[in-house]
Amino acid sequence: MSFTATLPKQRPFGATSRPDAWWVQPLFVFLGFSAFIVYSTWAAFQGLDSTHCYYWYGGKGANYISPFYSPDLFGYPVHPGIFGVVPSWWPGWIPYSPAFIILWVPAGFRLTCYYYRGAYYKAFWADPINCAVGEPRKTYWGEHYLPLIIQNCHRYFLYLGLIFILILTYDAWLAMWFTDDAGIAHFGIAVGTLVLVVNVVLLAGYTFGCHALRHLIGGFLDEPSKVSACAKGYACVSCLNHRHMLWAWLSLFWVGFTDVYIRLCAMGIWHDFRFFTF
Amino acid sequence: MSTVTFRIWRGDADGGKLVDYTTEVSEGMVVLDVVHKIQAEQANDLACRWNCKAGKCGSCSAEINGVPRLMCMTRLDMIPIDKPVTIEPMRTFPSIRDLATDVSWNFRVKTKIKKFKPRAPDAPDGTWRMQQEDVDRVQEFRKCIECFLCQDVCHVLREHHKHEEFIGPRFLVYTAALEMHPLDTEDRLPELKQSQGIGFCNITKCCTKVCPENITITDNAIIPLKERVVDEFYDPLGWLWKIIRPKS
Repeated sequence: MSFTATLPKQRPFGATSRPDAWWVQPLFVFLGFSAFIVYSTWAAFQGLDSTHCYYWYGGKGANYISPFYSPDLFGYPVHPGIFGVVPSWWPGWIPYSPAFIILWVPAGFRLTCYYYRGAYYKAFWADPINCAVGEPRKTYWGEHYLPLIIQNCHRYFLYLGLIFILILTYDAWLAMWFTDDAGIAHFGIAVGTLVLVVNVVLLAGYTFGCHALRHLIGGFLDEPSKVSACAKGYACVSCLNHRHMLWAWLSLFWVGFTDVYIRLCAMGIWHDFRFFTF
Repeated sequence: MSTVTFRIWRGDADGGKLVDYTTEVSEGMVVLDVVHKIQAEQANDLACRWNCKAGKCGSCSAEINGVPRLMCMTRLDMIPIDKPVTIEPMRTFPSIRDLATDVSWNFRVKTKIKKFKPRAPDAPDGTWRMQQEDVDRVQEFRKCIECFLCQDVCHVLREHHKHEEFIGPRFLVYTAALEMHPLDTEDRLPELKQSQGIGFCNITKCCTKVCPENITITDNAIIPLKERVVDEFYDPLGWLWKIIRPKS
């Protein structure tokens, strides 16, 4: 008799002896991620409108850009990007939104993140739906085979994500400058400034606590004490990594809120309150 | 004193069923106390494995209300006792009888992991020198008491029966303790990727949740090993870096 034939029989989906509400956590994760995916997709497609620019707010001399659209590489005539308007090489039969050439980076970073992987395997694929609960499928490949073996590319998204942190930091800096009617920029703080600063702080907390970064900065060494910079870097990343799930959720929520804030300001529904300018 | 019903799995490899036992419990009792009380008063033939009764031998692993736990470390005030309390054997291993399971598969797996291979001694007297901060990381893994609760809750073994292809969280922790040891020179990454199937772990962190020694299994052992496997087998830039800056 094979070893597996001696094991207890696999149980049907959802079968468990747990009396607690084990389904609540995956349900909340499912709802949270779904809400973000639906909203961010909707927000990205709003950039198809070449006559309005609701992802950037320039009212009262402000300069806020939604993180879903930053860096704004190629915009529309109503708000040209860094390299001008829609690139000529962009196939005409594919609708263009400036978010399309941006969002795949943060999406890929989060999709391959070790925390998110564990969370969405549970919430979206029920593999397992929760600990010690029966599963819907008996076959299992894990990340040992294609397609999920591709998750091993996480560190490449990390490299790109680190560049985005620099860009978003610059966006937060730009949000601290307000241009008057004479075209002179004044340093100031408004609600939008705080929103963008908190956004980059939370995203940095999430990115700098990444498991791949923890490995690359010092975890790969067996004797980190021999390279003190690596040892210190490892300690710092480990500190953030300890609360990686919290950073992941806070930054996910806030990046969505930042887009909402800028969008509603740009549409004239919300009014950005300025605390002071020098 | 209050009266509580315990629903204990009775049977062997051919099958079994949950049997209700009602008994009086008092403040401070743990589940293992209850099992012993039932064994003494109502079911003399009830089989269960135990030893130290102090959470250090890892013998009394079971599933209490469906959650893998040590019976000796589960106080009755930690679980709801207003409804029947279920006590079952671990589901990842073959049943022997009642709450006792055959965990020998784990010991067979352990023999397949490459042993500790230290570098040449640092001093003429045959001793080595290590920095405490280098040892701290692997020290955590040495807390493991081999209760195999992590193996029990791991769905790759429990639900998918990948015992032939995956070594489970316990032995990934064991491998991490060797692989990250400052003195060790052995290379275990090819086996980790292939025969030991680290890729089967999909990071659900159930193992970390049930560890009675609070070892951060997923974050500190499995993910760092996965990253080392990425270094070796899936990272073209890393390969390039190794060509440019080979190890001395």
